[in-house]
Amino acid sequence: MSDNSLNNLPGGFKGMSHDMGSDQTAFKGVQWGKVMMWIFLLSDTFIFSCFLISYMKGRTSTVVDWPNTSEVFSLHVGGVPVPLLLIAIMTFVLITSSGTMALAVKYGYEKNRKMCGWLILATAIGGLTFVGMQIFEWSKLIHEGVRPWENPFGAKQFGSFFFMITGFHGTHVSIGVIFLFIYARKVFRGDFDNGKRGFFTTMKSDYVAIEILGLYWHFVDLVWVFIFAFFYLW
Amino acid sequence: MDEIQNKEQSTSTHKIGIYLWIWGLLFVLSFFSYMVDWFAFQGFLRWTLILIFMFLKAGLIMAFFMHLYWERYALVNVLLWPMTAIAGFIILMAAEAKYTVFTRLLYFFIGG
Repeated sequence: MSDNSLNNLPGGFKGMSHDMGSDQTAFKGVQWGKVMMWIFLLSDTFIFSCFLISYMKGRTSTVVDWPNTSEVFSLHVGGVPVPLLLIAIMTFVLITSSGTMALAVKYGYEKNRKMCGWLILATAIGGLTFVGMQIFEWSKLIHEGVRPWENPFGAKQFGSFFFMITGFHGTHVSIGVIFLFIYARKVFRGDFDNGKRGFFTTMKSDYVAIEILGLYWHFVDLVWVFIFAFFYLW
Repeated sequence: MDEIQNKEQSTSTHKIGIYLWIWGLLFVLSFFSYMVDWFAFQGFLRWTLILIFMFLKAGLIMAFFMHLYWERYALVNVLLWPMTAIAGFIILMAAEAKYTVFTRLLYFFIGG
């Protein structure tokens, strides 16, 4: 991003037509890895959209009442059922980890190795907490008799959508946690300061990698915003 | 706007304040959307509130945490325009769902 020649280019829509029509790099000042991550995230958006749209279709078209998610996902605290408590905590944990990731990217660009590393580690631990709570939620529902083909609360389709959507999201979080740990190690080792070459590439490591990792992690949080709204709250 | 944008791009790192602000706003918005369920709002009010808080959260994350606000339009437009296809798909499938539930009610309960 730190390319001073960008200052001489036009901005806004005029800039867009200039960039696209310049017969050279279209995405000026953006490292190729970042563009690739964005394209991947765009395709991932379509996958999650398909899941949520099929959920909308399934839920609208069933003639049986949909389970009341507020009750299904309630937790008993001191004998009193608190609606959606676990899901609310999961949401706050994920947002917290998203915030630490944003700060990690900032400190990475400032070449503050220690802060960047610790913040990535904090993000990873937040993600791990989230996955742990999801495992608890799944085992609780499975114990209560929720299956992809039936459940005791209402419309049969509920189980399959629940396991499919939260499962796919949980997989994304788990993969993200693995990469966060790998990159925390790389940061602490100083790979991004001395430009050590990566595993599968001859290119030198750069802190832009932290921003790319951050894009993925924020996307996982972004998808959860939609799942929380449509699956749990609606 | 252009001047500010160019300045931001040339330094490529932003003040910590903006991140903390967005972080705080996300917490507040999440709390509000949880309150929608807590106070058990129903019907149109519930759906409107859920959608408002959802889009605000999503917008803040994309604009500031994912830095889209500071990117050049060439990238922003390549990313955001394909989303309109999703909106089209939603409209199609909503119509389809209405038709499915209509035929189910017709054949299950009234009989063909």
